[in-house]
Amino acid sequence: MSLPDKKGYFGEFGGQYVPETLMAVLEELEKVFRGARKDKSFQRELTYYLCEYAGRPTSLYYAKRLSEHLKTLKVYLKREDLLHTGAHKINNTLAQVLLAKRMKKTRIIAETGAGQHGVATATAAALMGLHCEVYMGTEDISRQALNVQRMKLLGAKVNSVTSGSRTLKDAMNEAIRDWVTNVHNTFYIIGSVAGPHPYPFMVREFQAIIGREARRQFLRKETCLPDYLVACVGGGSNAMGLFHAFFNDKRTKMIGVEAAGLGLASTRHAATLLKGEIGVLHGSKSNLLETKDGQIKVAHSIAAGLDYPGVGPEHAYYQKIGRARYVAVTDQEAMSGLKLLAQTEGIIPALETAHAISFLKRLASQATRNSSVVVCLSGRGDKDMGTIHESH
Amino acid sequence: MNRIDQKFKELRDRKKKAFIAFITAGDPNLKTTEELVLAFEGAGVDIIELGVPFSDPLADGPTIQASSQRALKNHVNIDDILNLVRRIRYQSSIPIALMTYYNPVFHYGEKRLTQKAKTCGVDGLIVPDLPLEEAQGWIRLARQNHLATILFLAPTTKPLRMRRIVNAATGFVYYVSLTGVTGARRQLSNTIEECVFLAKRLTNKPICVGFGVSTPPQIKAVSRFADGVIIGSAIVNAIAQNQGKKQLVKKVTRFVRGLSKNLS
Repeated sequence: MSLPDKKGYFGEFGGQYVPETLMAVLEELEKVFRGARKDKSFQRELTYYLCEYAGRPTSLYYAKRLSEHLKTLKVYLKREDLLHTGAHKINNTLAQVLLAKRMKKTRIIAETGAGQHGVATATAAALMGLHCEVYMGTEDISRQALNVQRMKLLGAKVNSVTSGSRTLKDAMNEAIRDWVTNVHNTFYIIGSVAGPHPYPFMVREFQAIIGREARRQFLRKETCLPDYLVACVGGGSNAMGLFHAFFNDKRTKMIGVEAAGLGLASTRHAATLLKGEIGVLHGSKSNLLETKDGQIKVAHSIAAGLDYPGVGPEHAYYQKIGRARYVAVTDQEAMSGLKLLAQTEGIIPALETAHAISFLKRLASQATRNSSVVVCLSGRGDKDMGTIHESH
Repeated sequence: MNRIDQKFKELRDRKKKAFIAFITAGDPNLKTTEELVLAFEGAGVDIIELGVPFSDPLADGPTIQASSQRALKNHVNIDDILNLVRRIRYQSSIPIALMTYYNPVFHYGEKRLTQKAKTCGVDGLIVPDLPLEEAQGWIRLARQNHLATILFLAPTTKPLRMRRIVNAATGFVYYVSLTGVTGARRQLSNTIEECVFLAKRLTNKPICVGFGVSTPPQIKAVSRFADGVIIGSAIVNAIAQNQGKKQLVKKVTRFVRGLSKNLS
């Protein structure tokens, strides 16, 4: 059976927990999305932009020096960082902007944490000549100042969010409030495999190109499938994008790396799948960091893009059925992962991605010799220079 | 008969409309909430919508967001609020509906909440992020415990769906006057009357209008065609403005009386 089901569930996770005002637009969105999937002209247009504009296909690069350093692992990097705007987010925003045009919406809104999704949305909106507003927590605005500048240059309005923890969670609250208010002319581009159905489904489909390419490229190079897939998980779009095409390849193990922040034993982390409980936030049922009263907790990660107390419902499902394993890496470990990749391969990854890289060290000590692993190199690290500088 | 149904029957017999007042439980504290509910009964309020604070109230505007935050600072939880209702029931039989987002309900346990709500004297439940599709289990449990399941209609709700919602709703139907979040607005949409009329053709259940209704002229206008008005942010704002003052209950009650007398 292909998931999600008709009601938008992956097992017990997913659904549509939104105010009545949004139900009509979600229904319309699903219809338009399903239509577009089957429509050759939509697919052709999307492929055109993905290839000619964004730079697909991205390479699957054999990281020789990193592999030598790790000894037991043969590491391939899926280079989403080479895409236009510097992260995998553009795969999804180009597609959703095309959907927005189909639905004749003139205004685009988005939430952003690290600013990568905000930049990718502002970029796609500029490309199509649509008005764009991005919600971003003030905490993130200060730690991702470069991306704020980029969005502004691209013509987007950046709305600072001062409520709650002033990070991604609160930016998403504000974006939803804007959407409820301007639903007649506004298209909400969610950046992760989160939110109400059909978003987790739709974003997965738009990001699944990562795994489809990687699978094909790996087969060509190695004539077999990889032993492991590794990707960082905040909301989980780059991980789901990599994992999805391998779902039926039972011998390929999937590992999602969450942010352990200051440590899983502390209260300051964002390890939703490892430490959370089932609950409902931002329109879907999934794992959450919450208090004993069902209030949402504030997450913490040095990587703004992982600093979110929820996670996409399909990841909760993968965890429940045992298809993927989830682990966590601390702020400090992520920082050393970043340096490791920079110094062995000359690639500075985003702090989010650095979590996945850092986990390789742990995996290398567990894996049998010559195990192969594909890591989703979801984004580049230029945006994090300020944070990296401060942590020294 | 549930206290909400009884209230509407009584109002209909007297050809009156309902004034429904929203306040957040625990803002500024539970004791004051209790006093406000009791005082409101004598100030023309027919039904109390009691807000259970949630950390991420995405259907609410800044006024109620801030109010929820104040209540949460006092660590108010569902049990405290149920006990509050139980205490109020010693002195008053004013109908009370709890308004809360789904996560606290889900976390508490739908079954446990509906049972306990009933024993404590709650009359209805309102969950703004639980649309009909996701509400089936909760509706069944609420029915078993004779709690009204107050469902929303929005300006974007299509006619076929409208029918399914009004069929499943009990107590009253909550018509959201605008596309947007809660909070006072200078002007109301001119399509409200038409939409309420449309809903009334589908059901005899009371249709009450909320979101954005805050001023005497708005209350006057809306109560001409709707069965009731729900006033939230205006009252919550009055509470906020009188924070820390001894006269809070008195002043807010006077404000509420000033609003409720505008019902047609």
